[in-house]
Amino acid sequence: MNVHWILQKNVDDVATALKRLPAGTKVTHANPDFDIVLRQDIPFAHKFAVRDIPAGTDVHKYGQVIGRATQAISAGDHVHVHNLESLRGRGDLQGGETGDVKRSSLSPK
Amino acid sequence: MVVNAYVRADGRVGVRNHVLVLPVSYEMNQIAEKIVAKAPKAVTFRNQHGVNQDGADLEQTMRVYEGFATHPNVYGVVILAWGHEPIDLESLVGRARTAGKQVQLVSLSTVGGIRKAIEVGTEFVNTYLAERDQVRRQPVPLSSIILGTECGGSDACSGISGNPALGVVSDLLVAEGGMSILSETTELIGAEHLLAQRASTPDIAAQILHIVQRLEDNAMKMGVDIRGAQPSPGNMDGGITTIEEKSLGCIYKGGTTPIQEVIEYAERPTRQGLVIMDTPGHDIEQITGMVAGGAQVVIFTTGRGTPTGSPIAPCIKVATNTDTYDNMADNLDFNAGLVIDGLETVEETGRRLFDKMIDVLNGEVTKSELLGHREFGIYRIGKSL
Repeated sequence: MNVHWILQKNVDDVATALKRLPAGTKVTHANPDFDIVLRQDIPFAHKFAVRDIPAGTDVHKYGQVIGRATQAISAGDHVHVHNLESLRGRGDLQGGETGDVKRSSLSPK
Repeated sequence: MVVNAYVRADGRVGVRNHVLVLPVSYEMNQIAEKIVAKAPKAVTFRNQHGVNQDGADLEQTMRVYEGFATHPNVYGVVILAWGHEPIDLESLVGRARTAGKQVQLVSLSTVGGIRKAIEVGTEFVNTYLAERDQVRRQPVPLSSIILGTECGGSDACSGISGNPALGVVSDLLVAEGGMSILSETTELIGAEHLLAQRASTPDIAAQILHIVQRLEDNAMKMGVDIRGAQPSPGNMDGGITTIEEKSLGCIYKGGTTPIQEVIEYAERPTRQGLVIMDTPGHDIEQITGMVAGGAQVVIFTTGRGTPTGSPIAPCIKVATNTDTYDNMADNLDFNAGLVIDGLETVEETGRRLFDKMIDVLNGEVTKSELLGHREFGIYRIGKSL
């Protein structure tokens, strides 16, 4: 196993650093689209973008949506609370918003 | 596969043989502690509940007390009450007795004050402590075990190492006919559709979606961004950015088997296999709920190295990364960080963790037991009145 970083699913927009990776580190992948250079230091267990992510679009990890980009993110950027937000449990937003999960209207048991 | 455990009169199986001093309200905490100071082999906990509660909130508290008083890891229980709590003490004693426990109620009002309560309570505790060694462990099938799964103080390694390894343990236990409980409903938000797909019936799928929506709606009613609490600041330091990301890492604890049942907080599961209990993401309330529901053992994965345990169930603490394990070796039992270090596969770590669980079921003492960590807290669904 590659011990420097992990991409859980090929569709993922972000990979997780398995050790602290300094800015300038070259990240190479079997898929040459992912040959990127880290633009900031990535702390241990934090995420970096493996491709450009436009502002307002869904961000994927584990092959699933983990939130939305609050600003344009470039491949190699550190991805965390400064540029990625939850779509769920957002009582702070007018009426709240939910992700693309189908809601059940069934009553409790 | 078999483990050596205590077979109780009601047929349930315990992996510990505790004498429990159960304070039914916070008024009784200090008295309980003074009894255990005189009889240190007994266990107790600090309680924040049991008075000024009503309705479903009171019922839930009662369910927790019953779950503890009848728990198979308990040999005998001394129930300590002031005598004026809204707790049905007769029912609590009756249920413990029906479960075959040695049980005694010590009510402050009846015995006549604090000193007398300590004296009488200590006598009963000492009697039970002397008797309990007559019960011997005997081989029982692993199918009698209920595992509570928990992750707390998660980091982004939790979803890569600790939780998938715990998922392997869940799968192995379920294959043996045992039960595994997945809980922390808050930490299913954003992953509930994946769990619903694994439900064994459409009804169970609907219940999974329902409990998650119920919890999310409650969070929304507070008018705050859930990110103030979930993920927690510690989670965020550990690289987790959103609740969806946390949840997707959390659900690995439940392994890959179908979900057989959805149960309310502190309810006892009735179906073999993997079940979901509706609990908050509050570690102590969650462990309390799963143990009250009958879990004899808890496996707790942690990225940040949490100190917590349970008064009556061994709690195996699993570090998700090697740095945390090395840094907090005195309160962690197992290192799943070898997955992150590239030294073990998830499957290998999971099998090693399963072996660790078997040792603990057979009597090996966990760090939280050794250090006397006996945290207790009940999920409140009402406000104090």
